[in-house]
Amino acid sequence: MPPRSDGPEQIPIDADDDVVRVRQLVRTYAQQTKLSLVDQTKLVTAASELARNTLIYGGGGFARVEEVSDGRRAGVRASFHDEGPGIPDLTLALADGWSSGSGLGLGLSGARRLVDQFDLDTEVGRGTVVTVTKWKR
Amino acid sequence: MERVPILKIGGVLLVSIQIDLQDQSVLALQEDLAEKISSTGAHGVVIDISAVEIVDSFIGRMFATIASISRLFDADTVVVGMRPAVAITLVELGLTLGGVRTALDLERGMKILGQLGRGRDA
Amino acid sequence: MTDAGDAQRLTELLRANADSLIDRWVGEVASLLRGRATRTELEADFREFFAALLPLVGNDGKDTGAPEFAEIRSLTEEYSRARVRAGFTPSETASSVFSLKREVFALTENENDPELFRQVMVFSGLLDALGLLTFEFYARARDEIIREQSEQLLELTTPVVKIWEGVLAVPLVGTLDSARTQVVMEKLLEALVETGSEHAIIDITGVFAVDTQVAQHLLKTVVAARLMGAECIVSGIRPQIAQTIVALGIEFGDIMTKASLADALRYALRRDGVDLVHREVR
Repeated sequence: MPPRSDGPEQIPIDADDDVVRVRQLVRTYAQQTKLSLVDQTKLVTAASELARNTLIYGGGGFARVEEVSDGRRAGVRASFHDEGPGIPDLTLALADGWSSGSGLGLGLSGARRLVDQFDLDTEVGRGTVVTVTKWKR
Repeated sequence: MERVPILKIGGVLLVSIQIDLQDQSVLALQEDLAEKISSTGAHGVVIDISAVEIVDSFIGRMFATIASISRLFDADTVVVGMRPAVAITLVELGLTLGGVRTALDLERGMKILGQLGRGRDA
Repeated sequence: MTDAGDAQRLTELLRANADSLIDRWVGEVASLLRGRATRTELEADFREFFAALLPLVGNDGKDTGAPEFAEIRSLTEEYSRARVRAGFTPSETASSVFSLKREVFALTENENDPELFRQVMVFSGLLDALGLLTFEFYARARDEIIREQSEQLLELTTPVVKIWEGVLAVPLVGTLDSARTQVVMEKLLEALVETGSEHAIIDITGVFAVDTQVAQHLLKTVVAARLMGAECIVSGIRPQIAQTIVALGIEFGDIMTKASLADALRYALRRDGVDLVHREVR
């Protein structure tokens, strides 16, 4: 078991095995926050999809993971940052089955279904930031 | 990159995934399996994922791909031991693994392959 | 706010008469609670409370969140929680604190000292504040108990039972909401792995209404079970629910449904290669 992490932690996504490291980091936080096993699995899976997007479509970037609270409950928030080409058509990108690269096109829309909160900030030519949050039930 | 070992037990190839799979390992496993099925003439493939904590769309797609490859060599594929949390997540993700056979554990997976194998010989 | 030095006279009086005061206080509360708490129990609690209270004499109790209240707060909390569990009312709980006031008044009423009278009034305010604190802790403890009980109820009302080797059943009863359905379904999938069962029967004979979300959870469970290598059968769909399902346009697809739990069990057994035969009874 990795040591307990306090505060936000940031790791690069520049290679294939970084995606695995992002999964492990998110799992550590999800366990610390005591999300249920199903919720842990959903969040880690969403993080895996998003980290792969950052690597493949965004040309690399970084992930940031932190424990958050809205006053009533605790949660885990993960954000994925890249300075890639951005997403020109959001509606299309969030539709099931759409993909501009490899994969089944479930990346964005699938990840959105797995979390409680999903925010996407993108600008063509500037890059993309996707932030997801899972709250403790 | 770590490679997933493939064991041969009788006419069945057993793949037991014990590592946190990165995409390269997934692709390598697909290639290794195609190679192995063709060279051994195996009639079945069992993929044991009881130790796997997450299956995302990339890994999920691998099962379907392996099943399709095996079919080209007249072999059947069974995915065994999927954890409940993983199954719930895959359903939520929208991935159904299209026609891949599944079984609760290794023993039942082998039994299914045995039955399918007999059907083929008859 | 007055500091403790101002209330020296009252503090001395209380300390000097501690034993008789506590004895009368215990007596009054014991009769109030009509034997539901023994004198010994009360005495132990009240002695501790009294000891923690003495250093606070002179404090008007306007800020019970202050650091000097830490000990008395935790004693009050402990006392209130114990009272909730033992089934006492909030008034009975608060009265335990207020009763002390009456005894202190009785102790000081014959003293003709305006300064002492002032100190008693401040002390009275302090006890009022502590009495209110018992209400607060009482309510908080009761909320916790309600939450615990509703969780236990959820566990009780949704048992996953093994009805045959390799066949599990979940009889769902009452109103299904989305959260409850999700919990049950997770429990069912876990049980499939634990017991190595390849069949699960979700019986909804006792369910009065199904909304789209609940139906979705049922569907997802069936699909998830299939991914794990098990099969779910939904049994006991009432006519009204069948109509709702059709009206809502929910696609039940290729999910196996049976009219009754018995039909579902017979089907599961046949798939497992078990045939049930009637034996001639003589």
